[in-house]
Amino acid sequence: MNVILTAVAVLCVIGAVSSAILYIISQRFKTIEDPRIELVQEALPAANCGGCGFPGCNGFASAIVKSDTMDGFYCPVGGQTTMDNIARILGRTADVSIKKIAVVRCNGTCENRPRTNIYDGASKCTIAAALYGGDTGCSFGCLGLGDCVDSCLFDAIHINPETMLPEVVEDKCTACGACVKACPKNLIELRKQGPKSRRIYVSCMNKDKGGVARKSCEVACIGCSKCQQVCPFDAITIENNLAYIDDDKCRLCRKCVPVCPTNSILELNFPPRKEPKEETAKAEA
Amino acid sequence: MGISTENCFMLKTFRIGGIHPAENKLSAGKKIENAALPAQVMIPLAQHIGAPCQPIVKKGDKVKVGTLIGKSVGFVSANIHSSVSGTVNKIDKVTDVSGYKRDAVIIDVDGDEWEPTIDRSDTLKRECNLSSKEIVEKIAGAGIVGMGGATFPTHVKLTPPPGLKANILIINGVECEPYLTSDHELMLEKAEEIFVGTEILMKAVDVKKAVIGIENNKKDAIARFAEISKSYPGIEVQPLKVKYPQGGEKQLIEAITGRQVPGGALPISVGAIVQNVGTTFAVYEAVQKNKPLFERIVTVTGKEVKNPCNVRARIGTPFKNLIDIAGGLPGDTGKVISGGPMMGKALPNIDIPVAKGSSGILIIPSSEAKRKAMKDCIRCAKCVNVCPMGLNPTLLMDLTEFQIWDRAEKQKITDCIECGSCSYTCPANRPLLDYIRLGKGKVTGIVRARKN
Repeated sequence: MNVILTAVAVLCVIGAVSSAILYIISQRFKTIEDPRIELVQEALPAANCGGCGFPGCNGFASAIVKSDTMDGFYCPVGGQTTMDNIARILGRTADVSIKKIAVVRCNGTCENRPRTNIYDGASKCTIAAALYGGDTGCSFGCLGLGDCVDSCLFDAIHINPETMLPEVVEDKCTACGACVKACPKNLIELRKQGPKSRRIYVSCMNKDKGGVARKSCEVACIGCSKCQQVCPFDAITIENNLAYIDDDKCRLCRKCVPVCPTNSILELNFPPRKEPKEETAKAEA
Repeated sequence: MGISTENCFMLKTFRIGGIHPAENKLSAGKKIENAALPAQVMIPLAQHIGAPCQPIVKKGDKVKVGTLIGKSVGFVSANIHSSVSGTVNKIDKVTDVSGYKRDAVIIDVDGDEWEPTIDRSDTLKRECNLSSKEIVEKIAGAGIVGMGGATFPTHVKLTPPPGLKANILIINGVECEPYLTSDHELMLEKAEEIFVGTEILMKAVDVKKAVIGIENNKKDAIARFAEISKSYPGIEVQPLKVKYPQGGEKQLIEAITGRQVPGGALPISVGAIVQNVGTTFAVYEAVQKNKPLFERIVTVTGKEVKNPCNVRARIGTPFKNLIDIAGGLPGDTGKVISGGPMMGKALPNIDIPVAKGSSGILIIPSSEAKRKAMKDCIRCAKCVNVCPMGLNPTLLMDLTEFQIWDRAEKQKITDCIECGSCSYTCPANRPLLDYIRLGKGKVTGIVRARKN
């Protein structure tokens, strides 16, 4: 009986001493974390994609709480709502940012861009790109091996098996920029999503001279500058035989689209054009 | 058959790893033939490791054989000379061995007029009274690069960083790549010239000892070199056991001297300088005959090729012309490779021009050209056993796949010499080297960014 009592007593003493030590240590080495960090983190989508430029949502939360402004902080996944919520938590006002979306600037489908050889190596764009220009005559175009697909955390980009080109799912794309970094050919760009998701862009990155580019791909930009001449807003620049539409200046007038001799300018989500006849008829009326 | 056990005992080789792929030296013993001058050459301005050359000719300029057309910019770079006489057609982008379109000088050939300074006679000129500095300058002027395939500018190798000095010169006559025989044939036909070239290189780096390493599958070359070496004091011939990748700089140094080059260091850190026999011959021609590097020996070979051969081709000749000399592109062609089967590179087309580093054109029949489907790693560690650098290829592939660059760096991914022994031996057909090469590039970039 005595043995049991002794054991209980010893255990109680050990317990009491340990708890005292633990209490003292926890008080002594207490870390005070800004409670707002946790609040901000809760407001974030917890995708940990790194699209904001910080290492995960926690990194973003700590950084934004420490900073005094909202400048330079933007969660592409959560978008404006999340940023508004964070601003409320921190008592600041969020900048109104414009929603962006990933755009693949290559339209070299199997019909447009005939294959000149067969790539048989490891199925990864970065590896293929290190070896050669690609399995078509165009060394700037999409390799179709899907590094962008692998990099996407949101299942928002897929290779279309018919065209062998990646396609962005508009509802899912968060513009985190992972695919932009993954593409060894720098084909993907984050562009303004535009009103009603309407966008116009040059779907080509071929910097070869016009003739060479055209030979390798039916829809290559040949740098003819017809689009530049017709653009009323000075939004189009031509550099290295390649046109580029600045989405800050572009007002989506669509004038450049029909003048392109190779159909390399794409318009997305626009209503069908009115027949020219109709237009003239209206003008007459 | 083959090598007797006694011989094996004498033959040197490197210690770890290595493989022995089928040799397939189909063009061995075929005399070097001169390729006919093409109607037009495309001379790439980037034929070496380092900065591409600046073109110093323009459209319409008349050039002769040996005229400087591309001037090196910076120290790690090499001059480029015209390989033909004629008129510059244009300077345009041309797909080269890199698989990308890069700047090249395109020259329409007209006759074959050489620069008058070049000595075109075949007589052996042994005496060289130039100083070490003058020799290096001449080599730099002639645009000589490592002709084994790595195309590192030779004058850079001959200018060791301050504080380091070589005590042995190693001449690389290993030619461990299967199929290739261009160095072998050159050794047979230009043996004396290679010895003189070796003497010049010894003088350039001020060493008293040179060893010419030749693999034991080239017995005729070993016999001939052993004979000649008697009249060249200081130059030894060392037969080597046949093992791939013995032609790798670090493997060859270890095979011959027993010294191991530390990871990330240059061969000079163990007092060795290695030059390929092709480079040595080019050095002889540049120093003794004032001939810049504008032609080289190319092996054209393959199992289906009608007439596998060794041709002397001007730089800028389209590969197609050389394939025609060998009997044309076989009907059953799966792949055309520039270089050997182990380290060579498949080409997107055959209009690509011959460059300073083009040691061979290998045509693989379609039955052998396709890769087999990749399976899961079975942890057999064959790749670990064959890696001549003592790396763990399967781990490096995984680290690259999952982008764990800090661990890849710790696992010495940058020490990989890209010999391909791991991919060759893998029973699961895993593309080990493809991934490791990608990871090596990434890690090298990270290390460089950290230094700056």
